[in-house]
Amino acid sequence: MPLLEIKNLHARVAAPGGRDILMGVNLTINPGEVHAIMGKNGSGKSTLAQVLAGREAYQVTAGTVTYKGHDLLEQSAEERAREGVFLAFQYPVEIPGVSTSYFLKAAVNAVRKHRGQPELESVDFLKLVRDKMQLLKMDPSFMNRAINEGFSGGEKKRNEIFQMAVMDPSLALMDETDSGLDVDALKTVAEGAASLRHKDNAILVVTHYERLLQYIVPDFVHIMREGKIIMTGGKDLAIKVDSQGYDWVDQEVKRSA
Amino acid sequence: MTQLADKSIPMTNFAPHEELAAGGPEWLELLRAAGLDRFNAVGFPTIRQENWRHTNVAAIARTAFKLATPEGANSAAETAGRFGFGKDAACELVFVNGQFMPRLSRLGRLPRGVRAMGLAEAIDTDPDSLENELGRYAQVDANPFVALNSGYVRDGAFIHLSRGVSLLQPIHLLFVSVPSWEPAVSHPRVLIVAEEGAQASIVESYVGEGRGIYFTNAVTEIVLADDANIDHCKVQQENLDAFHVATMQVELGRKAKFVSHSASLGSKLTRNDLNVCLSGDGADATLNGLVLIGDAQHVDNHTLLDHARPNCPSHELYKHVLGGKSSGVFKGKILVRQAAQKTDSKQTSKCLMLSDDAVMTSMPALEIYADDVKCTHGSTTGPVDEDQVFYLRSRGVGVEAARHLMTYAFAADITRRIRVEPVRRRLEEYMAAQHGLPLDLRITDLASHDEAVRQL
Repeated sequence: MPLLEIKNLHARVAAPGGRDILMGVNLTINPGEVHAIMGKNGSGKSTLAQVLAGREAYQVTAGTVTYKGHDLLEQSAEERAREGVFLAFQYPVEIPGVSTSYFLKAAVNAVRKHRGQPELESVDFLKLVRDKMQLLKMDPSFMNRAINEGFSGGEKKRNEIFQMAVMDPSLALMDETDSGLDVDALKTVAEGAASLRHKDNAILVVTHYERLLQYIVPDFVHIMREGKIIMTGGKDLAIKVDSQGYDWVDQEVKRSA
Repeated sequence: MTQLADKSIPMTNFAPHEELAAGGPEWLELLRAAGLDRFNAVGFPTIRQENWRHTNVAAIARTAFKLATPEGANSAAETAGRFGFGKDAACELVFVNGQFMPRLSRLGRLPRGVRAMGLAEAIDTDPDSLENELGRYAQVDANPFVALNSGYVRDGAFIHLSRGVSLLQPIHLLFVSVPSWEPAVSHPRVLIVAEEGAQASIVESYVGEGRGIYFTNAVTEIVLADDANIDHCKVQQENLDAFHVATMQVELGRKAKFVSHSASLGSKLTRNDLNVCLSGDGADATLNGLVLIGDAQHVDNHTLLDHARPNCPSHELYKHVLGGKSSGVFKGKILVRQAAQKTDSKQTSKCLMLSDDAVMTSMPALEIYADDVKCTHGSTTGPVDEDQVFYLRSRGVGVEAARHLMTYAFAADITRRIRVEPVRRRLEEYMAAQHGLPLDLRITDLASHDEAVRQL
């Protein structure tokens, strides 16, 4: 059974006169797969990730999304998270006053409770996170700080993948994780994310650049334009786009029409 | 020119003077006379006066209060038991309706050099210790409520710490109010004198249960000699019909260190004036405040950090959580006098609004006359941020729980700074219960959680 099946998904900005952004997305993701989504700014790729995560700023107007056999769109953001959907934000917010360690413990226990697992006490939770921190080369002092407060862009992105490692999702949605990262930070984050792959989970990587995909090697690369996927290929497609640009894609699509 | 308020309200609203126990030393009679004269001259403040613009005390002025007595306060013992610290205090003085109750108190065995007793007893047995201190710091013209308290001063607490003494456990002053059939007023008076190098934690709790109007009109004077170190907590949990007005006047000597934690949870109308005078070079003041209120409650915190001497740091952080139709006021004044070079002062006021009907008024006031100083201040007010809520939800935290978690965390930023264990615990449990934080999200033992994180 596919992990995720998106059929004819349409979505708009949930505000009066809100723009239509997704105009009929079709996508199937099976367990163990990595799918990359590329496309110009405004093509809808980030929106796709956020709609799947349940962000209420967007409203679905048509189409279906089935996740683990259930209707995903009927579930609240937190229900989806407990069912193993994880969004690594493009712009992670700062939450002053909420310590990273309290929040993450609450999140981990919310998911465990949902799964019928016993909740973790502080000491056990912290044991769990200790090696994930080493994986992402994070300074342990950040656990005591408020969520993302005072973090540089790179630190925020590392924190996203660190949380992904802790939460162990079935479907990870990485929304432009590489934006704003320098070469070394990208390597750390990408290798960290790539190490989380296993046969039962899947990753959707939204990105502009091919470099991230050298570490998180995709099984499928999709190009989006104007709210739809217009081309799908293997990992070589990413390399092609990187060297030839999106105009090449448009021409190819026109040619084969 | 005095600003006359409701002169139509007779002084007998506050019980005729004759009701007071007569006697006491002459200096005390003079203090009372000065207090009453002053109050008669100015009356209650009105909202036309700058300092009272956002807090209308007409409801106090209109009510005929009799002087509170502990008679008939049968539930007091039970309340005292609930709010007492038991073995976690070096000593605990319990007051009922303003009067010291030895039989409800635990006087403990205080080390030599530490004295804690009822004020009335101190006036009787050791008036000389009080003469030069009582009324010297909180002057009768500071505000009308200080004048009123001074006019009726007769009981409260006196704490004296001799040179160099150090007390490990806190001294707890527990003021219990039990409403009676008629509205009643008490005027608790606290005087704390710390000599050179003395060190202690002192907690003042003002609590009341049930329903029924009463008025607590408190004044606390704290003087720290050079190098003294006082950690002070004030917890206000009056009942929801009560009025609570308190002035705390603090005087700091050279290199004296003062940390104040103030929590306002109860009462219908609260006004706290906290004035700290950094009178000695290198004195250090930290003021932390927490306001957690809901429907129809109003809490007004006015603070003054008076930097009179050089090289003094001061830090101030007040956090407010306003739910329902509550209202909060924060006015933090920082005065840096000409001599106070190298002042380093930071003031922050934050407010989390849990409803659209709550109102927060926050005003910093800086008056700086020295030219080599650092003064920063900041203020934020707003509802729970929905982007932040979504971030938490995207990790599996339920929407209500996410809002509660953020509210709890917001307030916990203040409570985690409280070193007196029973106070911190009481406040955290209160917060967790008030905000319906589900048990699985309550990190009720923040200290050991923090410690475990530090071990990482």
